[in-house]
Amino acid sequence: MGLRADMHEHALDNLKYIRSTMENTTEFTAVPGYGMVLVGLSALLAAWLGNGAKTREAWLAIWTAEGMAAILLGFIALIWKANHSGVSLLSSPARRFGLGFAPPLLAGAALTAAAARANHYSEVAGLWLLLYGAGVITGGMSSVRPVLMMGVAFMALGAGALFTPEQYNEIYLAAGFGGLHIGFGLWIASRHGG
Amino acid sequence: MGAKPNLVPLPQKAIGLDQIIHERVRLGIVSALVSTKKLSFGELKEILNLTDGNLSIHARKLEDAGYVECRKFFEGRRPQSEYTLTLTGRKAFEQYVNHMEALIHAMKPKEK
Repeated sequence: MGLRADMHEHALDNLKYIRSTMENTTEFTAVPGYGMVLVGLSALLAAWLGNGAKTREAWLAIWTAEGMAAILLGFIALIWKANHSGVSLLSSPARRFGLGFAPPLLAGAALTAAAARANHYSEVAGLWLLLYGAGVITGGMSSVRPVLMMGVAFMALGAGALFTPEQYNEIYLAAGFGGLHIGFGLWIASRHGG
Repeated sequence: MGAKPNLVPLPQKAIGLDQIIHERVRLGIVSALVSTKKLSFGELKEILNLTDGNLSIHARKLEDAGYVECRKFFEGRRPQSEYTLTLTGRKAFEQYVNHMEALIHAMKPKEK
């Protein structure tokens, strides 16, 4: 290879390195801490409402609404943080996060529908916590360490909920979607920004 | 994600590259800081997959050149260092990227 081609290749390699470092940094710090706290607070409200639900169908409707509200809140928080950091939501880190996070959530939605049809409501809470935790881990693989720790904590709670009587499900859901989001959200916000 | 701590083999003196920023680890530090407002020592270490000593040496060189600023403080009892890119550092980075793009354009191998 001649000097000309060599220099061309090394300059290209340098630009690729700059780009990948910038993307890794963005992915590392993109998680919205205060957004997670808001999601946690909405989950505590859902747990309180769910605890008073008269039927299992009403309970499922409350948590389905909470799931949608949480996705919306999380998305708004992501946009807010991305705008503050000057990062595009269509960037490859954002795509990687979406591709890692969405499949377990979609699997959870399908399994919930199947469980409700078969009247297997007692397993639903454990299933949600387990699959959400899996999504957090796969989506946040390159993110800050608290994100991965939160995913593991969700999965541990989910496993616990699956083998605990149904009357404790609300406590597991409040502890997971409420407590873990608030706790880890505050931790992330203090260390890596809102 | 790990940085290669060796110099990129471009004949930098001949083409007037910024010697401070051209070194691979320092280029990684500056690239990371361009993407976010501030990063702690631990975060930089994790993102760039560096050892404490290696990061310290190169971060100090960037500080001495006025490209980054380091704020030291205590979190509880633990000392923390937080790095931000200065305006000089940002300009140097932009100039470096422009330089690379110009090189790519100028040195594009001719098709036979």
